Amino acid sequence: MIPFEYVRATDVAGAVAAGAAPGAAYLASGTNLLDLMKGGAVRPTRLVDITRLPGLAAVERREDGSLRIGALVRNSDLAHDPAFARAYPAVAEALLSGASAQLRNAATAAGNVMQRTRCPYFTDTGSACNKRRPGSGCDARGGETRLHAILGWSEACIATHPSDFCVPLVALDAEVEIAGPAGTRTVPLDSVHRLPGDAPERETVLEPGELMTALVLPPEAAAFAGHSRYLKVRDRTSYAFAVVSAAAALRCENGRIAEARLALGGVALKPWRAREAERLLAHRAPDEAAFRAAAEAALAGAKPSGDNAFKIELARRLVVRALSHAASGTPERLPALPGSVFAPAPEAAHV
Amino acid sequence: MSVDIVLTVNGTRRTIPIPDPRITLLDLLREGLHLTGAKKGCDRGQCGACTVLVDGRRINACLALAISLDGAEVLTIEGLAEGDRLHPVQAAFIAHDGFQCGFCTPGQIMSAVGLIREAQAGQDPERIREAMSGNLCRCGAYAGITEAVLEAQAAMSPQPADMSPQPADQSQGEAA
Ligand SMILES: Cc1cc2nc3c(=O)[nH]c(=O)nc-3n(C[C@H](O)[C@H](O)[C@H](O)COP(=O)(O)OP(=O)(O)OC[C@H]3O[C@@H](n4cnc5c(N)ncnc54)[C@H](O)[C@@H]3O)c2cc1C
Ligand code: SF4
Ligand code: FES
Ligand code: FES
Repeated sequence: MIPFEYVRATDVAGAVAAGAAPGAAYLASGTNLLDLMKGGAVRPTRLVDITRLPGLAAVERREDGSLRIGALVRNSDLAHDPAFARAYPAVAEALLSGASAQLRNAATAAGNVMQRTRCPYFTDTGSACNKRRPGSGCDARGGETRLHAILGWSEACIATHPSDFCVPLVALDAEVEIAGPAGTRTVPLDSVHRLPGDAPERETVLEPGELMTALVLPPEAAAFAGHSRYLKVRDRTSYAFAVVSAAAALRCENGRIAEARLALGGVALKPWRAREAERLLAHRAPDEAAFRAAAEAALAGAKPSGDNAFKIELARRLVVRALSHAASGTPERLPALPGSVFAPAPEAAHV
Repeated sequence: MSVDIVLTVNGTRRTIPIPDPRITLLDLLREGLHLTGAKKGCDRGQCGACTVLVDGRRINACLALAISLDGAEVLTIEGLAEGDRLHPVQAAFIAHDGFQCGFCTPGQIMSAVGLIREAQAGQDPERIREAMSGNLCRCGAYAGITEAVLEAQAAMSPQPADMSPQPADQSQGEAA
C-alpha cells in the first residue's frame, strides 16, 4: 500500500470538496478498497473517511411509500431489519448471500454498490488490464475466464460486477442519490454502472468528488414482497461470489403474473436487468413455458467471452428456477442458506 | 505525522499513537499492542482468522483501518475470559474439540461470540454453519465447531426455546 493522506470528513460538503481532489478516494468500511490497496491495484493518495458523516446511516420509510437507505447503512443491519426483509425479501436474501457475516457487519450500502470488479487480472498488478491502466491490454482474454462476462462485454474488458445487493435493487427500480460539487442529483441504479465499451476505466456515472448519499426504493417496489427470490450459484456453498445469480420478483393477480421483474448477476459489468423477459411474462400464467420463454429472452444476446459458455445455459436454468421459486411464494423466513439453489434439499446441505 | 486515537481495548480505554494511517486494526493489535490472539491468515478478508468485535459486532480486523475506528470499543480473544474462568464459548470449544492446530481458533471463537449476540441463527445447525462460514479451518474442525457454538449458545441464552427454527424452514421453495 502506498502512503496516503487521511482526511476525516464531518459533513457532505466537506467530503465532496476533499473527494474531488486528484488521487482521492472515499473510504467507507474499506473492505473492498483496502483489499485492492494492499495489492496495489488501486493507489489513492488521499482517503476521505465518510463513516462519520451525519444522517447517512438511517433507513427511512417515507410517506409516499418509498424507502430511503442511507449510504452508510451496514449490509447486515439492512438485511436483518425485519420490516425491510418483509417488504423487500429478495434484497435481504441477496445481501445475506454475499460475503461473510463479518464482512456484512462492516460493509456499507454504498460501498457494496460501488465495489470494483473481482477480475483477478485487475487485481494482479503484473497483468495487463485496460481497467487498471487504460490502453495496456486485457490479460483476461484467453486466460481463466470462468467467472467473466457473457453479456454486455467488449473487446477491451470482459469483467463482471460482483455485487449481489445490486441485482434485486436494479430489478426493483432503485435509484441512487448523489451529492457532488454541482449539487445533488438522482440517477436510476440501472444507469450507475457503465458497460465497458472502449473505456472500461470509467466504471460508473459518478464524477470525481461525487458521493453516493442514499439508495431509494420506489413505492411500487414493495408490491412484489409476496413473490420474490434471489438465487445465486456459487463454486462453494457459502462465502463465494456468484458464478451466476438471478433476482425474480412477481406481482400476481388472479393466478396470473400482473408484472414481473428480473435481473441477473455475475454476467456483466453491471447488474443486468432483463426487460424483454419481463415483458414476455406480463399477463401470463406463471408456468414453466412462460419461465422458459423468459429465460431465452434474458440470455438472447449472451455470448461467451472465453471458457464460460456454460454460464449461458446455467443462467437460463437459474432464471427458470428463480421465477418458479418466486411464483410459489416468498418463504415465511429466509432459508438457512440464503440464495442457495440447493437450500430445501437435505442431501445438498452444508457439509 | 502521527495522530492519536482513543480505543477501548478489552475494557481498557487507551490513547494510541497512529504513526501511519495505513495501519490496520489487526496490525495495531498484534504489533502495537502485542495482542497476538487475532491471527493474520490471509490479510484480505478471506479467512476470518483476524475476527474481533468492534462495538459489539464481529468484523475482519485485517480490512479495517485503525485510524478510522477512533473512539471504538474492541474486544479480542484476550479479553474474553474472566481471570481463570473461561468464556462459555471457549469452554465449549474445548469440550467439543473445536480445533486441532489452533490457528483459526481465536477468530472462530470471536466469530461465535458475535454470532450469538446477533441472535439470528437459533439452534439450527445449518444456520450456525452458514453464519460461521466466514471462518475457515484448514484442519477441518468444523463438526466440533458447530457443536461448540450450539452448546455455548444454549448455555448463554435464558430461553433457548424462543430461538428454535420455525417449521417453515424445511419447506421453502419445494413447490418449484
Ligand atoms: C472475501 C470477500 C468476499 C466477498 N464476497 C462478496 C459477495 O459474495 N457478494 C458481494 O456482493 N460482495 C462481496 N464482497 C464485497 C463486499 O460486499 C464489499 O467489499 C463491501 O460491500 C464494500 O463496502 P465497504 O463499505 O467496505 O466499501 P469500501 O471498501 O470502503 O468502498 C468500496 C468502493 O466504493 C467507494 N465508495 C464507498 N462509499 C462510497 C460513497 N458513498 N460514494 C461513492 N463511492 C463510495 C470507495 O471509494 C471504494 O472504491 C466480498 C468481499 C470480500 C473481501
Ligand atoms: S477483463 Fe477488464 S478488469 Fe479484467 S483484465 Fe481485462 S480489462 Fe482488466
Ligand atoms: S486475516 Fe483477516 S480475514 Fe484472513
Ligand atoms: S484448528 Fe487448525 S486451522 Fe482450524
